[in-house]
Amino acid sequence: MIPLEINGKRQNIDLPGETPLLWTLRDELGLTGTKFGCGMALCGACTVHLDGQAVRSCVTPISTAANKKVVTIEAIGNAPVGKTLQAAWVDLGVPQCGYCQAGQIMSAAALLAHNAKPTDAQIDEAMSGNICRCGTYTRIRAAIKQAVAKRGGTQ
Amino acid sequence: MSAPVARTTRLDAAASVERPLIVANVSRRRFLQGVSALGGLVLAVGYRSAGGAQEAKKYGADGMPNGWVDNPLAFVSVAVDGTVTIVCHRSEMGQGVRTGMPMIVADELEADWKRVRIAQAPGDEKKFGNQDTDGSRSTRHFFEPMRRCGAAARTMLEAAAAERWKVPVSEVEAKNHEVVHRPTRRRLGFGSLAKAAAGRPVPARETLRLKDPKQFRYIGKGQLKLVDGRDIVSGKAQYGIDTRLDGMLYAVVARPPVYGGKVASFEATEALKVPGVQKVVQIEDSPPPAHFNPLGGVAVIARNTWAAMQGRQALKITWDDGPNAGYDSVAFKTTLEESAHKPGKVVRNDGDFAAAAAGAARRLEAEYYIPHLAHATMEAPAATVRITNGKCEVWGCFQSPQAARDLVAKRLGMSADDVIVHVTLLGGGFGRKSKPDYAIEAAVLSKAVDGKPVKVTWTRDDDLHNGYYHTVSVEHLEAGVDARGKPVAWLHRSVAPTIISTFNPAAKNEAPFELGMGVINVPFAIPNVRIENPEATAHTRIGWFRSVSNIPHAFAVQSFVAELAAAAGRDPKDFLLEVIGPARQVSPEMLSDTWNHGESPERYPVDTGRLRRVAEVAAREAGWGKTLPKGRALGIAAHYSFVSYIAAVVEVAVDDKGMLTIPRVDMAVDCGACVNPDRVRAQMEGACVMGVGIATLGEISFKGGRVEQDNFNSYQVTRMAEAPRDIRVHIIPGDYRKPMGGVGEPGVPPIPPALCNAIFAATGKRIRRLPIRDQLKA
Ligand code: FES
Ligand code: FES
Repeated sequence: MIPLEINGKRQNIDLPGETPLLWTLRDELGLTGTKFGCGMALCGACTVHLDGQAVRSCVTPISTAANKKVVTIEAIGNAPVGKTLQAAWVDLGVPQCGYCQAGQIMSAAALLAHNAKPTDAQIDEAMSGNICRCGTYTRIRAAIKQAVAKRGGTQ
Repeated sequence: MSAPVARTTRLDAAASVERPLIVANVSRRRFLQGVSALGGLVLAVGYRSAGGAQEAKKYGADGMPNGWVDNPLAFVSVAVDGTVTIVCHRSEMGQGVRTGMPMIVADELEADWKRVRIAQAPGDEKKFGNQDTDGSRSTRHFFEPMRRCGAAARTMLEAAAAERWKVPVSEVEAKNHEVVHRPTRRRLGFGSLAKAAAGRPVPARETLRLKDPKQFRYIGKGQLKLVDGRDIVSGKAQYGIDTRLDGMLYAVVARPPVYGGKVASFEATEALKVPGVQKVVQIEDSPPPAHFNPLGGVAVIARNTWAAMQGRQALKITWDDGPNAGYDSVAFKTTLEESAHKPGKVVRNDGDFAAAAAGAARRLEAEYYIPHLAHATMEAPAATVRITNGKCEVWGCFQSPQAARDLVAKRLGMSADDVIVHVTLLGGGFGRKSKPDYAIEAAVLSKAVDGKPVKVTWTRDDDLHNGYYHTVSVEHLEAGVDARGKPVAWLHRSVAPTIISTFNPAAKNEAPFELGMGVINVPFAIPNVRIENPEATAHTRIGWFRSVSNIPHAFAVQSFVAELAAAAGRDPKDFLLEVIGPARQVSPEMLSDTWNHGESPERYPVDTGRLRRVAEVAAREAGWGKTLPKGRALGIAAHYSFVSYIAAVVEVAVDDKGMLTIPRVDMAVDCGACVNPDRVRAQMEGACVMGVGIATLGEISFKGGRVEQDNFNSYQVTRMAEAPRDIRVHIIPGDYRKPMGGVGEPGVPPIPPALCNAIFAATGKRIRRLPIRDQLKA
């Protein structure tokens, strides 16, 4: 039994400790908002927050997530930064197919949580692990900036 | 938990469409389907089986299997609470069709968008018309039928109101979700008219009153947000990979690594020991041609995807690789080049190339290479199947749900009537998800576990190793130019394995639809043109990839024009315009193009005026001719495809070390009138990024018959830092009375040549082999 705290809810998971958090979320807990894109920390589709840090859940065994706070796309809107980002995403029509966007928002939320006013280079850096095959990058950057502006660039 | 889980209901059309309180009276329907003469499964890109007397040729939606339907009973329902449900029968893969298509209906219906719900149609082309979401066709084929659907439903509501008030129908008018009696200003909401309207006959098509485009509320305005936007950003949106059913099992499949290979033997003992693994099942191989059949292999069925993947790793399989085991991309490039150096089948011949070239002031030639590409949709293929009581249900990300339905039925030996295909959102399509091999895999596996629901998930390496790849090609061009450097003779030899080989292994020449993607239908003002197509043999599954053969053809043609400009010492933009020649309408037949993207040659001639205009607009908006610092320059390309005209001007910056960045791209698009301009822009932006990826990074290569790339580390796609910083899309205004063009694909082809032309202008280095990768490194 591995104790996990996911989106504020504690639960014990009966799976081998090496099972990636991604498949635990998706297949066992039904939290399918976190996406599978590569399984090797190459695409960012599976990004979740582990104690506030963006991590790739496809390479995060549940044993390492034990007793840490996991936040997924399903709950990121409960945090003001997540909510602002989601609104900017909708407002600017960022998504195309939308498949990568959960991961994009989770990466952006982690960035803004630590850096309220990132430069373009810092945005590129923070988002470089997230692929969007539909090519929505210019709008992702614009949406991050809009969220920054809405939040007034405060910590 | 009921199955499917609650979240799928938004996409579950069956439930919404058959809702009781609808504007519906099937017995009195007068609408007829526009049915194509072509039965059965016809290739999306226009492949028709040879032989047999052709009926009168049909174009546009009429030429597609099951044509179009404009029956409001199939597409519109009104509930007593006033909620209007509009069915979207095309698949959403990022192009915005679930917003755009219902928007057309809602506009003519005078529905208030805030009270509109969207239901996704199951695969049922008899009911909804063609659903093969492919070929950049949805809007241009269904704009008119969807308008008629909305207008017919509106007319029924108006008639119901007139009857209720006992006034002439000419005195009433639908306005923003109500029907108004003009003389008395009385009003009735759509909801209160729903039942009465449902009893009305569907008006005849000829009697419908369509809006004057000036009255459009939504069409062309671009003010509506994406219908799935909120769900997407909150993780609620349901893709093929997200299906969850009670008692569902999870499967991954080990497929033959070589096309045409099969399982010689396998050992599953270790796999079955992996915790969570429940069963190992062999899937029968299907020898080439691949069609949309699964490749066969060994499946591991488990409690969750991870366990299935671990189980697969523990399988011991000996493969019989078959005749394609020698496929080697390095050697094949040489094979293609050798073919390109010899004459091939003549597919267009104007004037006398040989004589004109012999008499030319100067001769130039160049050869271009474009490798295989993989779609690498962010969501790899995924499908779920459950078989209960003689019925089969399929959930998945399908571009062609009817094909999934027919082929699953065939494989299971069932009637298609007993197969229901639910279409989820697609996490990208790009042509890959037109081929429902993964649905058949899920069906075979569900059957192997007594009909229990089974979800098949493709991993990224599956997706890259067992794709339907974009072809690989060598494009050989020669020109004879006059004393001013203007071409008077043009030879293009295009050599590439054809998509038809996936259906007929004997096919070695490009099909009319491939040649009609920018190799023969080049409307240049050159008197002597010879286009040849030497043979090429396919050694893997060749499929259509966003914009298809336009990619290599446009790359070669638009690069070569820039090479001729450079040789003549001319400005590339002025030279391109001169080669296009004066504004005129060219019949596709004059260009030996019998295909014309499936559209009528009369309605859709090649209009060089429109091609010129996009080039001029893109150049003007980009500030063509402006002074830029060292290492920075502009490049231009213009291309006609999917009956749209698109030009791109790319600005590059190349530093001393050969590091390439793209500060800005300007794209001008003339696709006729737009339904949703913001999505047109989005498609151009996405096509631009994908075009940049094709030019700079993308390559699938084979060795020993196997794909060498496994994941995004070896098959690279553009990331944020390498993407253009700024993409400006300039839409040429269109007229709603004129035929529309495609949008999803045609943005891709001009990007690689415009980029390489910019690199040449910045550095003097001419790129003839894609991807660029480190060719700019000092
Ligand atoms: S799925 Fe985890 S980074 Fe791609
Ligand atoms: S929106 Fe489709 S992959 Fe990003």
